[in-house]
Amino acid sequence: MKLKDKVAVVTGSSRGIGKAIALKLAKEGAKIVVNYPFAGEAENAQEVVDEIEALGGKAIALEADVTEMDQVKAMVKTITKELGSLDILVNNAGITRDTLLMRMKESDWDAVLNVNLKGAFNATKAVTRTMMKQKSGRIINMSSVVGLMGNVGQTNYAASKAGLIGFTKSVAKELATRGITVNAIAPGFIKTAMTDELPENVVEEMIAAIPMKEFGEVKDIANLVSFLASDEARYITGEVIRVDGGMVM
Amino acid sequence: MNVFETVKNIVVAELGVDPEEVTLEASFIDDLGADSLDIVEVVMAFEEEFDIEIPDEDAEDIETVQDAVDYIENAL
Repeated sequence: MKLKDKVAVVTGSSRGIGKAIALKLAKEGAKIVVNYPFAGEAENAQEVVDEIEALGGKAIALEADVTEMDQVKAMVKTITKELGSLDILVNNAGITRDTLLMRMKESDWDAVLNVNLKGAFNATKAVTRTMMKQKSGRIINMSSVVGLMGNVGQTNYAASKAGLIGFTKSVAKELATRGITVNAIAPGFIKTAMTDELPENVVEEMIAAIPMKEFGEVKDIANLVSFLASDEARYITGEVIRVDGGMVM
Repeated sequence: MNVFETVKNIVVAELGVDPEEVTLEASFIDDLGADSLDIVEVVMAFEEEFDIEIPDEDAEDIETVQDAVDYIENAL
């Protein structure tokens, strides 16, 4: 177990890739905080906690909207009080509001930037002092290949994910002397509930663009998170790692 | 409240130095081995302990323990 007794908070981990990350880190021995944004996700978050406990792990679910600094601060306070430390932050919470720029409302732009980019700022800022005092920490930001290559209909999402890369590198430089590493992961097309809904011709087109000719799975992302969160990755910081089957090289 | 004693306790706790090293003349960087992040932590601890706000441009001028004590006494 690579992460025995580490405390990890995964934002937006009541479902999707965040859930897979939470489960993987738990399997590696970490105590998990399953963060979710609002009461409507409480049940899903509890299911993740139940799954982790069924595996013999330890987890708690905490509600906090990452766009609200006060809520994030309160969550971090609860974590350090109840679990004693905070070793790993995975900034995973993210949303999309896809539409062409011509049709994009200011509210679509703001909502995506708020959750995806400001949310990471809030959570990172909130954990920094604790990690600095410990002289150790792991911050892992979920970017996207879209942040590297751009994508039609995703100006807001791509900007937020590219923004996370600049944020990652800057925080990495600021906190390097304190044993805190900060890295970003850029997933490509990952098989999720969302990709299952896509029409067959769209899926074929997407796969044609991937050298490995298949979608990734959530576990491909979770495996990298668990490596970056471990002591094995101690000398890696400010890095952006694509997990995309070779799509963007 | 003795500002110097409180400042000293904070500096000892934040920088992990010996209490006798924290003299009024001591420079945070040159004598107490602080780097820029340490100074931010010390300043934040001052803000919390004394319930004051120290803007970045003021914090830049705080080089020695005496500077900190003077600034805090002024702000209280």
